[in-house]
Amino acid sequence: MNFVKTRLAASAALILLGALPLSAADLKVGVKSEPSSLDPQFHVLVPNMQVTFAMFDPLVMMDSKLVPQPALAESWKATSDTIWEFVLRKDAKFSDGSPLTADDVVFTLNRIPKVPNSPTAFTLFTRQIAKVEAVDAHTVRITTKQPYPLLITDLANLPIMSTTAASGSAPEGKTTVELNRGEGLVGTGPFKFVSWQKGADLVLERNPNYWGKPVEWDKVIYRPMTNPAARAAALLSGDIDMMEDPPTTDLEQFKTNSKLSVAEAPGTRIVYIALDQKGEPSPGIPGQGKNPLMDKRVREALSLAIDRKAIAERVMGGVAVAAGDLLPQSMFGAVKARQAAPASDTAKAKALLAEAGYPNGFQITLGTPNGRYVNDVRVAQTIAAMWTRAGVKAEVAAAAPPVFFKSRDNFEYSAYLAAWGNSTGEMSTTLRSLVGTRDPSKGSGTSNGGRYSNPELDALLEKASATMDDKARAELLQKADEMVLSDYGIIPVHFEVPVWALRKGLTYAARADQYTLPQDVTSAK
Amino acid sequence: MPVFIINRLLQAIGVILVMSVLVFVGLYLIGDPTSMLVSPEATEIERQALRKALGLDQSIWIQYLTFLGNAAHGDFGRSFLTGQPALQLIVERMPATVELVVVAMTFALVVGVPLGILAGLRPKAPSSKAIMTGSILGFSLPNFWIGLMLIMLFAVYLGVLPASARGETVNIGGVALSIFTLDGWQHLALPALTLGMAKAALIIRVTRAATREVLPMDYIKFARAKGLRPSRILKVHLLKNILIPIVTVAGLEFGQAIAFAVVTESVFSWPGMGKLLIDSIITLDRPVVVAYLIMMVFFLVILNLVIDILYIAIDPSAGEKVRD
Amino acid sequence: MNTPMTVSSTAPAEESPFRRLLMQFAENRLALVGLALLLLLAVPAILAPWIAPQNPYDIGSLDILDSQMPPGSMGEMTGITYWLGTDSQARDVLSAVLFGMRTSLLVAFVSVSASLLIGATVGLCAAYFGGWLDALLMRIVDIQLSFPAILVALIMLSILGQGLDKVIVALIVVQWAYFARTARGTALVERNREYILAARCLSLGWRRIIFRHLLPNCLPPLIVIATIDLAHAIALEATLSFLGVGVPVTQPSLGMLIANGFEFMLSGHYWISVFPGIALALAIIGINLVGDHLRDVLNPRNAQ
Repeated sequence: MNFVKTRLAASAALILLGALPLSAADLKVGVKSEPSSLDPQFHVLVPNMQVTFAMFDPLVMMDSKLVPQPALAESWKATSDTIWEFVLRKDAKFSDGSPLTADDVVFTLNRIPKVPNSPTAFTLFTRQIAKVEAVDAHTVRITTKQPYPLLITDLANLPIMSTTAASGSAPEGKTTVELNRGEGLVGTGPFKFVSWQKGADLVLERNPNYWGKPVEWDKVIYRPMTNPAARAAALLSGDIDMMEDPPTTDLEQFKTNSKLSVAEAPGTRIVYIALDQKGEPSPGIPGQGKNPLMDKRVREALSLAIDRKAIAERVMGGVAVAAGDLLPQSMFGAVKARQAAPASDTAKAKALLAEAGYPNGFQITLGTPNGRYVNDVRVAQTIAAMWTRAGVKAEVAAAAPPVFFKSRDNFEYSAYLAAWGNSTGEMSTTLRSLVGTRDPSKGSGTSNGGRYSNPELDALLEKASATMDDKARAELLQKADEMVLSDYGIIPVHFEVPVWALRKGLTYAARADQYTLPQDVTSAK
Repeated sequence: MPVFIINRLLQAIGVILVMSVLVFVGLYLIGDPTSMLVSPEATEIERQALRKALGLDQSIWIQYLTFLGNAAHGDFGRSFLTGQPALQLIVERMPATVELVVVAMTFALVVGVPLGILAGLRPKAPSSKAIMTGSILGFSLPNFWIGLMLIMLFAVYLGVLPASARGETVNIGGVALSIFTLDGWQHLALPALTLGMAKAALIIRVTRAATREVLPMDYIKFARAKGLRPSRILKVHLLKNILIPIVTVAGLEFGQAIAFAVVTESVFSWPGMGKLLIDSIITLDRPVVVAYLIMMVFFLVILNLVIDILYIAIDPSAGEKVRD
Repeated sequence: MNTPMTVSSTAPAEESPFRRLLMQFAENRLALVGLALLLLLAVPAILAPWIAPQNPYDIGSLDILDSQMPPGSMGEMTGITYWLGTDSQARDVLSAVLFGMRTSLLVAFVSVSASLLIGATVGLCAAYFGGWLDALLMRIVDIQLSFPAILVALIMLSILGQGLDKVIVALIVVQWAYFARTARGTALVERNREYILAARCLSLGWRRIIFRHLLPNCLPPLIVIATIDLAHAIALEATLSFLGVGVPVTQPSLGMLIANGFEFMLSGHYWISVFPGIALALAIIGINLVGDHLRDVLNPRNAQ
């Protein structure tokens, strides 16, 4: 083993000596997957959004900790419960040199519902918007359908396009296919489009008309590399300057490697276990007349049996934070007392099971997708091992993601492992989707595959969603959060920590939303 | 001959019909593509809208008939994921795959034929035994394993070759090719070697077998008796006669290699159409999967036709056999 | 994958083909090495549940604190010495290799035997009855063979889903046609021999003629193909598992162990991927050495 390590270190040194970057101002990024389109309004998906935000700016931009900051809008205020006014920057220009006006904002927001075939439409962020008007050249007025405190976070997902460049004969102006070719792909962002070869490099270059802090890179290349080991090998051999998601297994070595540096962001994506609480019996628990998971003590036992620290350290290689809450402390609506993850206690878990009438435990199948989240199957297998040691004989059913989602949506799992990324920085969306009572007409409980249902909680969430006062809303959300957690309605396991590895000399202002933004990469000089 | 070609084409259409039904029903059974596409925050109403937009709200048979109707006009549908025409996506990726396979097959022939003849001429020599044992390794080790080992050796330990992706391309007649740049060749080296190694092993074995079969033939003995130089015997008499099996196998392997590129491409992040197929299967992007398979069937049918025609060109008496 | 060569004729019926096989086999050192190698790997694999230090499928016996330990270390919780180290799940690599080999061999043997059975039946029937049945069956075989195996298996598995049984089904589908074509080729020659004509004259039933008389005499070339196909099946299963559509992750085969372990290579934890890789390579080489020699022995043109 030492032999291999020495060889590795020696060769890594050799590599770096021999392969200094050709041009100091080029940045090559190895990304997990390429965008499905360059149309900034086609698909709500991390690979798309991060490329978009290199070329476009929204009115309000989330900073690396998901706190909204002024971007194209230098200020805003709510003139009533439903009317907001945004004042645009006067110095912002598009990459073609034309100035940004309120008309561009109106055009952009109106284009969203017209984009056809969108796999996840951006209407997700406009469904509360009733009307968008240009008051003058630099003021935009947005009217919402009802009092809606999350408007600002929604707008942070909507990059502003240029009316002149993106107009066209189709109803939506320039079509997705045209934008994919770079036609009409004109934004106010730090970079502009050069070329895109599908499956290979996406090339951007510096936007000379950029209004913000000048960026360091003349040219940025996004290179899709799905295989994490291949990405790591490419970084070690100097092929790329930066990679997303280094394999957790290599991190230890990366951190001690003098030729590399690692950037970590606070994690917001919660990996959790949902338990079937619909009724009885449950499909993945054979030989039991009723569903043991309906008993709160059983749910508590299952939570106690999990050694979250061991998982975060051993399985996740340290790039996870053991979780006691559904959102990290820095976020809106998290409960202070839940900051520390509960310690594992197998003996107490066994006692609780016996108390609930299961001294010999029971059998359960734990579902997990294979390859959707970081180390998903390994985490599930470890949890199953921990449950088994507490007396609940667990088996893992790992399935390819589409199969997993199908089974989840058909309620075939008694327990399943999944993850939830919060892009709003606020507890309400998390609770609404994961533990709100399933109600298609209201859009709540969309990811509540355990069918937890608590009318009291639903009422709290309903009230919070219309509360404009931040302090009052935070209190309501904390109350709701505590309600679910103390009921063990859902079991948080850990927060995935977004990680990047870079060649030595580069630093990245790592973002909690996992976006890889080249403008935030700087050399250490 | 024309009858034979028409026959083949009819057969291909039959295969395509059967296969498209299977793939359609199969992917339909795996799951709902919208569950992979849609953001988990989307409401049921938004999901329904997407299903409707993609035509997934119809029954599977209506979806299939619609597909057939459009396919008859050359429209194979749009990718669920990217919204682009599926055929266009595949065609865009094709040069990368074809380039990889052509280089790999060329390597296999250049290495395989001489070594095979050598092993066939002197079957008892230690060098021949070494070649044959080596060839066992070459074609029996799994493709992906060879690829991983090459990456470890050349990219990570030695650091002399890049581990993934395609190099710089040059646009020639609207097709992006990487074989005209140094960077392109550096990127091509490992994947082509991975794919070519197994093929070379096979060509060695075929060439050796053919050589041994041809050597005892009268015309070789006759040529030797006439006192012709060994190099001439080799070039004219031997090579000409072992060409048929080599061409046949190489041709068939070319088709296999195009398909096998799936593995190599996913090991080396090679932006070819095999990688596209894997990604599309995972995301249940049905239009792309179906279009890919249809292209593949057409390609294989044409390839087989070409092999048969070559066959007849090299050895007219083989014509009868082909039609059998 | 290569196309197994069709052997067109077999040994005369008087001498038992198997006996001749054994005699000739013993003469070739390389083949003996292959056989020894194969036995050395297969026997412990078959006995794995009884001799492996740990049952890697019993997740209750794994302790995450023992994960990624180098070869030769001793488990703190389990007290087992991990001769080949442990993987990320704290599975003993030696045990995982033994069980993985078992899975790989099982998949290969079952799928090849079933393919042999189906292929031989189809091929013999086609040859015996001839006519439209022959034409139909051989057309299906042609179509099947014109498809690259990897593609068919990939599509089938993505449709069927994961599972040991499904991998076996997929492998049968891609392999049977080779056997059918070879069986037909051999049977066409045998069909016109005296003993078949005699059996026909006795107006024995077709089932009896095919399975009692035709089959035994067509067997040697089929066995050759079956041997080499075993190696292909193992490699193909490994590839499919590598691509993520093979056996379930909780019951890894050698291919899956290699794929899962590869990302540990860069961090110096070479043992997680390298040992399963060596086991896989040795098994495939062993089978090929044996198969290669069988082919030489049974092909009369080469035997001269």
